[in-house]
Amino acid sequence: MNRVKTELERERDDGHTAETILVRRVQAGETAAFGELVSIYMQRCYYAALGMVGSPQDAEDLSQEAFARAFKARARLDPERPFYPWLYQILRRLCYNFTRDTSSRRRKLERAGGWLVAEARVRASVDDPERVRATDALRDRLEVAIRELPPAQREVFVLKEFEGLKYREIAELLEVPIGTVMSRLYAARQRLAVRLDGIE
Amino acid sequence: MTDDTGRIDRSAELLMRELDGELEPAERAELERLLSDNPELREELERLSRLKEVTANMKLRNPPEEMWAGYWTSVYSRFERGLAWILVSIGAIVLGSWGAWYGVRDLMADADLPTFVKWSILAVIVGLVMLLVSVLRHRIFVSQSDPYKEIER
Repeated sequence: MNRVKTELERERDDGHTAETILVRRVQAGETAAFGELVSIYMQRCYYAALGMVGSPQDAEDLSQEAFARAFKARARLDPERPFYPWLYQILRRLCYNFTRDTSSRRRKLERAGGWLVAEARVRASVDDPERVRATDALRDRLEVAIRELPPAQREVFVLKEFEGLKYREIAELLEVPIGTVMSRLYAARQRLAVRLDGIE
Repeated sequence: MTDDTGRIDRSAELLMRELDGELEPAERAELERLLSDNPELREELERLSRLKEVTANMKLRNPPEEMWAGYWTSVYSRFERGLAWILVSIGAIVLGSWGAWYGVRDLMADADLPTFVKWSILAVIVGLVMLLVSVLRHRIFVSQSDPYKEIER
């Protein structure tokens, strides 16, 4: 029996069709089409990298490198499959290598920090200098605690907390079962709760 | 609340779903039953809820708007430079191999250079020019869009 498609499903189909056309144009060597894909996904890619490496400069560099590598490897891209999960696999490999690389460790520590910020509604409600300092101190502690998580836990935590993805979406992006997503997230939260114990 | 394989048990799974708003109505009743029987679980839910509250009040810092304006140009420069490096590398490898075979001096002394050497030299020159143009164009773009260009180091 044919089911009438919902508005959301129609939008998703339209988006998928438009992306399929773009990817085919990219595979034909059209850099302008790739420019359109970059415009669509650059923010998502940048923020994903920022969550993984904790440094705005390195996030910019790594996310741009991911796009450049994706263009080079465009022949291997399947136009029928969504572009972003494929790009994300390239990005996460770059970020993992970056955080593991001993030569970049010093640079990473020097640059890390200042990648989280209190939500606007929180900043607006804080007019007491003492509370502003307390909020900043809490943010700094959270940044350090997240940075010290194992990369796999940190990745899941950032995707959940700061990108707001659902378990299923994270599982699809990382190509792991939902149970693995939940166990990594649970482990991350346990560690963070211990690190931030005593917070107001 | 995890076993040897790192999997979380049912109560931890329900806690997570509750924290993240992914709890099904049937699961809510199950969680409430577990919470009423287990004070440690209630305590853990409170602890993780406090953490959730902290992270819910934070977000990833936005970069300066100028970064988005120059983002595509930077990506494009990367694969333009990649192509330039390929040309330079191919040219350099061909030249290096040839030079090693015949000797650099003989090469320089030989007035009648073979055509492929000339093409290799040309490839190196074109690649270097492309690199130079790409770097210069990127630097000009960055200097035009740099919000801190007036600030002296």
